[in-house]
Amino acid sequence: MMAFMTIGAKGNWDFVLPFRGGKLLGLVLVAYAVATATVLFQTITQNRILTPAVMGFDSLYVALQTALVFFLGTRDLATIDMRLRFVLEMVLMVALSMALFYWLFLSRRRSLHLVVLAGLVFGVFFRSLSHMMQRILDPNEFIALQDMLFASFNTIDTQLLAVSSVVVLVTAWLSRRLLAKLDVLMLGRDTAVNLGIDYQRVVMMLFAVIAVLVSVSTALVGPVTFFGLLVASLAYQAVATDRHKYTLPAATLIAIIALVGGQTVMERVFGFDTALSVIIEFTGGLAFMLLLYRNLNR
Amino acid sequence: MIEIHNLTKRYEEAAVVDNVSLTLPESGITAIVGPNGAGKSTLLSMMARLIAPTSGRVLVDGLDVQATPGAVLAKRLAILKQNNQVGMRLTVNELVAFGRFPHSGGRPTVEDKRHVDEAIAYLGLDDLRTRFLDELSGGQRQRAFVAMVLAQDTKYVLLDEPLNSLDMKHAAAMMKLLRRTADELTKSITVVIHDINFASIYADHVVAMRDGRVMLEGGAVDLMQETMLKDIYDTVVKVREVDGHRLGLHYL
Repeated sequence: MMAFMTIGAKGNWDFVLPFRGGKLLGLVLVAYAVATATVLFQTITQNRILTPAVMGFDSLYVALQTALVFFLGTRDLATIDMRLRFVLEMVLMVALSMALFYWLFLSRRRSLHLVVLAGLVFGVFFRSLSHMMQRILDPNEFIALQDMLFASFNTIDTQLLAVSSVVVLVTAWLSRRLLAKLDVLMLGRDTAVNLGIDYQRVVMMLFAVIAVLVSVSTALVGPVTFFGLLVASLAYQAVATDRHKYTLPAATLIAIIALVGGQTVMERVFGFDTALSVIIEFTGGLAFMLLLYRNLNR
Repeated sequence: MIEIHNLTKRYEEAAVVDNVSLTLPESGITAIVGPNGAGKSTLLSMMARLIAPTSGRVLVDGLDVQATPGAVLAKRLAILKQNNQVGMRLTVNELVAFGRFPHSGGRPTVEDKRHVDEAIAYLGLDDLRTRFLDELSGGQRQRAFVAMVLAQDTKYVLLDEPLNSLDMKHAAAMMKLLRRTADELTKSITVVIHDINFASIYADHVVAMRDGRVMLEGGAVDLMQETMLKDIYDTVVKVREVDGHRLGLHYL
């Protein structure tokens, strides 16, 4: 982090520090959000390959943003404060994804394969929906929308940092309170119920936390598909236990190292030549295939 | 006492458990027997609130299992289903310690540790304490799960086919252990069991089911009648007395 703040800093510190500090905070928030959302999701689904992103939940968020522009128009949107809009989007996101989660996981017990397939189809569906709406949009509005959507690790939406931080703190507090229950959830639904967990309530609460975290990371840097999977599986390997007391911080830490470290190298060494997301997605995708392959062989 | 009132579970139109009313005693071993698809496991799952019934109620010491908070019930009633798969890598000790969760809420006390130690000793798992579950044989894993349920220290214990994947020696040992647990710790243990002879020898109370209905509620002697067994299983079972126990010979 120090390296990120200092290397190659020429010029006025009054500019460098807030500028890079904001970016750094953004990266840390994203790292936390993606890592936590993934670990929680994998605990609930009892599966080490599924992540919210693979299941298309960040596409849902993008579709939501597009729909908002589509139906309200940028002029109306511009009058609303950006932070307010973010919160509004988040509430919508939580409501929608809870409905989806509920339908997929809780209303009936479905086979995992079906759930994965449905997730992938939903992902494509939401993406196509966004594309379709973007095609029909007025060109001016489309540009405004693109501006919203094309966040990347380089251009973090700094305006949203304060709101995101608050939101992240709240979810962190919530997941801390649920820490012991999370371990029990790993034993599977029946055992968890037997041990006195109010399964439905706890799982819905966790889904809400996940939806919020996905919104935060997508709003800040746009969709990232395999990053969560990558850091989560690295974390499980690193701590050799499955207790959430250890896996959650480990995943977050690895995510921070990967993002901040990667961004530093990218900016200072390669001089912005490549996008960090490309590299992360590439390694994450490889990890995904490796995990699939290993699971098939078992 | 567990009271079951007019309990029914339907999937689509087919009733898996059809208007069952039963009373299970405060202590001793109750065996639920019956052919495949008789609704035994479904009944057990509904008793332990794992499955919501289509209609009817289950009361555990007067508490409605659908309405009572899960944490309260978890101190009174424990269930172990068959085919327990755990998504995480756990040692035997850690698994058994999870049985204390309803009491400790994740912060084990000295008292909790004592219960865990006792349960592990009770099932003869001392040597395997630090082994991971995926390193154990099917029978050892089964015993570890039973230890977890015993560590939960509930008055009512429901076991769904606890003899699955146990060999002759361990199956008999498990039944003796359940007998001892029921007697020494005055618990009420309900087991779904396939082997009618184990039911005949070890159970105080027998419930026989077929096609979602209760065919018989009574003692082991009532079950071990050739006509009764024919009605339940639709196959000829000869009953012979050996050393004072009535045994069914379904191999002939």
